[in-house]
Amino acid sequence: MAGSTDGGGLLARLLPSRSRGNLQDQIYGLILLVFGLSLPVLFLFIVLRIGSESQLAIEAFGWGFITSQEWNPVLREFGALPFIFGTVVSSFLALVIAVPLSVGLAIFLTELAPRWLAGPIAFATELLAAIPSVVYGLWGIFVMVPWLRFTIQEPLSRRFGDTIPFLEGPAYGFSMMSGAVILSIMIIPFISAVTREVLDAVPREQREASLALGATRWEMTWQVALPYAMPGIIGGAILGLGRALGETMAITMVIGNRPDIAASLFAPGYTMASVLANEFTEATGALYLSALMEIALILFGITIIVNIMAQFLVWRVAKQGGR
Amino acid sequence: MADRRIRGRIPGGWLTVARLGILVSVLLALSACWSTDRDSSAEGDGDSDSVGRLTITGAGATFPFPIYSRWFSIYSRDHPVRINYQSIGSGGGIRQMIEGTVDFGATDAPLTEEDLDRIPGTLSIPTVLGAVVLTYNLPDMARSLRLDGEIIAGIFLGEITRWRDPRILAMNPDVEIPDRDIIPVHRSDGSGTTYVFTDYLNEISPAWRTRVGRGNAVRWPTGLGARGNEGVTGQVRQSPGAIGYVEQVFARQNNLPMADVRNRRGQFVAPSIEATTRAADGLAERIPDDDDFRLSIVDADTEGAYPIAAWTYLLIAPHYRDCNRGRAILEVIRWALLERADDVRDLNYAPLTLEIRVRALNALKTVTCGTDRRPIFDPDRDFMAEAIGEVEAPELEIEIDGEPEPESDPVPPSELEAGADPDGRQY
Repeated sequence: MAGSTDGGGLLARLLPSRSRGNLQDQIYGLILLVFGLSLPVLFLFIVLRIGSESQLAIEAFGWGFITSQEWNPVLREFGALPFIFGTVVSSFLALVIAVPLSVGLAIFLTELAPRWLAGPIAFATELLAAIPSVVYGLWGIFVMVPWLRFTIQEPLSRRFGDTIPFLEGPAYGFSMMSGAVILSIMIIPFISAVTREVLDAVPREQREASLALGATRWEMTWQVALPYAMPGIIGGAILGLGRALGETMAITMVIGNRPDIAASLFAPGYTMASVLANEFTEATGALYLSALMEIALILFGITIIVNIMAQFLVWRVAKQGGR
Repeated sequence: MADRRIRGRIPGGWLTVARLGILVSVLLALSACWSTDRDSSAEGDGDSDSVGRLTITGAGATFPFPIYSRWFSIYSRDHPVRINYQSIGSGGGIRQMIEGTVDFGATDAPLTEEDLDRIPGTLSIPTVLGAVVLTYNLPDMARSLRLDGEIIAGIFLGEITRWRDPRILAMNPDVEIPDRDIIPVHRSDGSGTTYVFTDYLNEISPAWRTRVGRGNAVRWPTGLGARGNEGVTGQVRQSPGAIGYVEQVFARQNNLPMADVRNRRGQFVAPSIEATTRAADGLAERIPDDDDFRLSIVDADTEGAYPIAAWTYLLIAPHYRDCNRGRAILEVIRWALLERADDVRDLNYAPLTLEIRVRALNALKTVTCGTDRRPIFDPDRDFMAEAIGEVEAPELEIEIDGEPEPESDPVPPSELEAGADPDGRQY
């Protein structure tokens, strides 16, 4: 490795294992290096651009932008908290709904379902991922929201609304709950597909060994297969969370788009991606545009934080090595 | 074993690589096709295409898009000009004017002073009128709901929350109104429709003025937000007791129930094209001498006028470096306003009165072009005389770079005769 004085000095430092060898390999390494760097460079450009565009809003509002609840384009007062709240809460609720469903579905498909049933169900689940989000949104407006309103929200809020703040009325249908439900339907295919793959990858010997030791099917699944597959399942959940955080069209059609922070699941909310999609086209005035850019920057930041946390979680679980 | 676990974490890795390979090769193939396409058509210069046409680009409001696209497509049939209008929204239109990426813009909400400072001298030319109607979801109404500005403001401020509010009942004594919560629905996306609606409430209600104000997007005190006219309609239809505002053309096309609104003269007016046009009646006197058309026409003090109306504007630069371009833009506006007025009614828009259309064209006489900053329209031109057929409109020369325009029209004559002219009019 001391050969940094010869021809490919930079290359040698970047790709020590490829620096020696014939010319062909060096060119090959160089091309792959360009491919490899293209994404981080793109990432950097996006961050720089969004950052510079949001400079005006950052200077005008400072940290108050993140803690302010006021979003008033008429008075040029902008605060992102209701949108941050809406994005985080709707995505989190979607995960709460989607993860048990997806994992259950995957266990059923890999462990229990007969072959003739598993194929069609897996196919149908993956088909869900192919539906455009605007179609989900339309279905949400015309089918899901009225159903949620009349069969779930109104009875619940009438019965428990006065005592439990989460179920407080009035129930419009278009609400944080509707947003979370539609998000969960949209991310189930991702989480269940990944979970199914990782459960499939659990070595046959492991299962057989535990069964041979007298484990029931339940014990085999929960004590052997799932712990083994846990890092992959977490990874799948994070994939779903990433999609939920960034989802725009479907959720904006059902969440009610009101920038308020309400305890009730039946109250309308607003997400960061939705406000960008809604207001960007008609925004005029430098400060208004800049505030929207800063929301984009914050959304970017939240996504990065979530991903770092996910990496950490996967690393921890993998290190513990199951049970 | 650790090795296997890692493999478990990235399932189908090789499959992904294979898919990526296919994707890349498809993209390469596509780009190859694309580049040969471009090579074959990119012979003329950037502004005119291979048949020797001048291409003009505009961008902005979505509300007038149907009428603009009809005008522009008919115009380009027998003129060597192609007009490419992108309905990206008023805000986008203004932004593109500021960046100088389009030849003209279009907006529903009038230009603010802040925007005008960045594109000084830009002219706002009214083209058609639009109205905003209130649509609602109440079962079995014998007749349209009647509302006035105060009640509408009360509903959207969250002060009137029940349909059987005494103020609503007093205004609708002879209809059965159910005992329900009112669910106000507003646009969640920034929109000229919202501007017109809030402009009206701003005019009518002092409480609205202090608490909300007017704009393409405002801080709504209550209610649900829905995206687009169709989103508002969808939410209103799905929610008994809901009320929302949509653009009149849209409501008419979808046969939505529309509330009668009380105008300044105390009449309850059902939304209609005539009632909207009437909102701009007698407005010519109110336009200041410098021809600044950016004035609000909501709550017009005119007999039979529908009060929630506004006009939509084209944004025209005060000077065009390229005279051909300037001439083409001004000429198409003149042609549309004076010769194609009937199209407006066909598409459910409300036309401007002739007086205002002539006034708008006179305002365009200040637009100049070229290095010597010559006015494009002859300053002595009498548009009123042209409109009523006393004088023939003079032709404006438009020269196309590159090959000369062939004498025969690019569209075959047969197509022109049969030509998509549903009304059998001559043009």
